Amino acid sequence: MASEKAEIDALKKECDGLRTQIEAARKAVNDGSMTGASGGVASVGRVQLKLRKTLKGHLAKIYAMHWATDSKQMVSASQDGKLLVWDTHTGNKLVAVPLKSAWVMSVAFAPSGNLVASGGLDNICTVYNIKAASPKTLRELDAHTGYLSCCRFLSDSEILTASGDTTCCLWDLETGKQKVVFTNHIGDCMSLALSPDMNTFISGACDSLAKLWDVRDGTCKQTFSGHTSDINAIAFFHSGNAIITGSDDCACKMYDLRSDQEVINYQDTSLNAGVTSLALSSSGRLIFAGYDDFNCHIWDSLKGEKVGVLSGHDNRVSCTGVPEDGLGVCTGSWDSFLKLWN
Amino acid sequence: MSNNSAANSSLVLAQKAVKQLRLEASVRRIKVSQAAAELKAFCLQNAHKDPLLTGVPSSDNPFRPPKSCVLF
Repeated sequence: MASEKAEIDALKKECDGLRTQIEAARKAVNDGSMTGASGGVASVGRVQLKLRKTLKGHLAKIYAMHWATDSKQMVSASQDGKLLVWDTHTGNKLVAVPLKSAWVMSVAFAPSGNLVASGGLDNICTVYNIKAASPKTLRELDAHTGYLSCCRFLSDSEILTASGDTTCCLWDLETGKQKVVFTNHIGDCMSLALSPDMNTFISGACDSLAKLWDVRDGTCKQTFSGHTSDINAIAFFHSGNAIITGSDDCACKMYDLRSDQEVINYQDTSLNAGVTSLALSSSGRLIFAGYDDFNCHIWDSLKGEKVGVLSGHDNRVSCTGVPEDGLGVCTGSWDSFLKLWN
Repeated sequence: MSNNSAANSSLVLAQKAVKQLRLEASVRRIKVSQAAAELKAFCLQNAHKDPLLTGVPSSDNPFRPPKSCVLF
């Protein structure tokens, strides 16, 4: 017993040493800042996007939305117990999927456009075929022991989920079984994003950390700290070399994967509301961040300045998304509406 | 018996923590100045293709219905 305690103490000491080593290694490459590098870059000026459409149809708070890869269709989830698939060009509702459990927190569109997935306080990720005559439940992925906070398809046969049980999981949709379980967070996982090359993904959690994972072997490759509260939103920069996070600490941050550290902080003393969601414009220059203050604020990702705001919702902006063609931004809110801006 | 397994799981947890930190410590890091320069270059190179930066002409705006009255 005593020898085991001694061994554990030695291991703890080694952990402390390794943490110090990591901090020192990060400091050693910290020879400049993003804002410094962007000093000479022309300002984007005031970004004023117009409200083009308000999509009405949900009867309760909207919790999540996701664009289809065709940049035209979009799926939204509300605690009125429905998923709605929209044609955003006409504003028409194409499909309504009734949910077994109304407590939905996440929704995703498969790249093929054939499937959508959702989940929430039921702890289950349910996958639906929306191309059938009427939406058909394809799979109920049931193994998480906590709420489903986020889900993203890799293809029609694989999906990644993030859960309040602190794990993320890769599922095989053909068997309905877990392929890989990603364990390392010590707080509820709130959000995930797949890398452009689909070999890695990032997760943000209530332990205020963001983690980079290898999709195939389950290893956590890097951990990013700096936030002081839950990370609710996370996204990959389109080059695949950086990530953006949004947190309840009212800040967004950009971390560069190759220098393994935070390179810029997006924060404003006048903004005292938590970040719920975020999305990037197609060049990555603009960050659209949804906040609890009912607005979506726009940040210049290189200069770290606030350059605009999308105002119009009457309650918290819970979800934000930019389609693949980059032609607009969609915001979804607890006020039950979705708005399209460009 | 239960004491033993509690101690064992603490030991296993500590060993896992060390293994994970060793992995994270071994990451090859590039200089922030280089990373920042590349991020900046990416944004600037793609700026002209970013509709939210350049603006979307009314005639090509999929979210805005075409006006029915056209002046020739």
